Amino acid sequence: MPTLLDFRRRIRSVKNTQQITRAMKFIAAARLRRAQETATSLRPYAAGIREVLRSAMSRIENPEQFPLLTQRPEERVLVLVAAGERGLAGAFNANVLRRAFEFLREKNDKKVEVIPIAKKSRDAFAKRSWKIAAEYVDVTTRADLGVAAKIAVEVMKIYESHQADSVYLIYNEFKNVMAQTLRVEKLLPLERAALGEPLKDAPATSSTDAVDYIYEQPAAEIFNKLVPRYVEIQIYRMLAETSAAEHAARMTAMESATSNASDVIDALTLHMNKVRQAAITREIIEVVSGAASAG
Amino acid sequence: MADTFTLEVVTPTRLVVRETVSEAQIPVRGGYIGVLPGHTPLLAEMGIGELSYHVGGRVFSCTAIGGFVEVLSDRVIVLADRAERAEEIDVPRAQAALERAQRRLATPNDPNVDWKRAEEALERAQVRLQVAAKAGAASVAAGSH
Repeated sequence: MPTLLDFRRRIRSVKNTQQITRAMKFIAAARLRRAQETATSLRPYAAGIREVLRSAMSRIENPEQFPLLTQRPEERVLVLVAAGERGLAGAFNANVLRRAFEFLREKNDKKVEVIPIAKKSRDAFAKRSWKIAAEYVDVTTRADLGVAAKIAVEVMKIYESHQADSVYLIYNEFKNVMAQTLRVEKLLPLERAALGEPLKDAPATSSTDAVDYIYEQPAAEIFNKLVPRYVEIQIYRMLAETSAAEHAARMTAMESATSNASDVIDALTLHMNKVRQAAITREIIEVVSGAASAG
Repeated sequence: MADTFTLEVVTPTRLVVRETVSEAQIPVRGGYIGVLPGHTPLLAEMGIGELSYHVGGRVFSCTAIGGFVEVLSDRVIVLADRAERAEEIDVPRAQAALERAQRRLATPNDPNVDWKRAEEALERAQVRLQVAAKAGAASVAAGSH
């Protein structure tokens, strides 16, 4: 039978844990606000560059002259897997990694290389047999365009040197605070289909317009700058979305941990009071029966 | 033919301008281009400069630094690396940047000076000051009426 003191100790311990989870929740909430802003304010630009690239690609002749647009038979695959920097975020890391392993097994007949992004992804791949092409850690707590550019340069180098025939991104997209969407996207080679349909609010005339562009500079020169910028932005988007999703997942997880702790404290307090009441009752019976036998 | 078109100026961090305009002057790498509704499709790299546009007879301007522009007959998208509207410009900071760049460029043989960077910084600062000054003058003129 646990004594009163045991209960007090356990309650105190759960309270301490609750304080930690509550603090983590607030930190995650503060970081989420910023990360969410980064992710949402990037969207108009990402949509814009996709739109420009899509309409430019539909006008360009012989896309084969641009290495990043060339389709090759897919024999070597490069996969970027972005997870979180830390745990305690519910199933956030487990989900994206499970999806990544699944995807990699599907591609088992090809030569696969992986670029893990963020600590949890790196740790997971360190224990596996897939070949690691590079790794980037401490990049998703706050998404940074400079870091994204660095990753983009590395990825394009691998692609252009034929070490990979296609490049995929696997990451969590921020949907709302309660939910993340797992995304598997093909980054390279660029495909017209992947750039999607024209934006909904884009007037129809602009897309049916098959007139040739005027180029202020040679088309190849602009394309050779536009396409890398697009790759960079896609990677930045992956970082920004992962960052927002990670903070959201952690906030939700810590929220529920905090409320679980409250439940445990309530249950323990009830138990403790029962034990205390039982002890008091026993003492009263002892006093009364003692008095009765003395009388 | 419509007499206006949609102008969008976006940067990786935000949407700067989304307006229905009747005319725009856009700083591309080789100089300025004027865009009216129904312009031939065009794709160009952006330079550093002042982007001005007409909305209902009034002229607004913002800075636009680097990136790309796509012109279609009824829509112009500017994907700038950086852009700010006139009222957002930090004038003291731009002034300081201007002086710093001028100082760097005044020492022609200093191996520590990255010429290209200093020149670009100078250009950026000049554009910011120019746009801010214009907006300041316009608001003073509007106030005196």
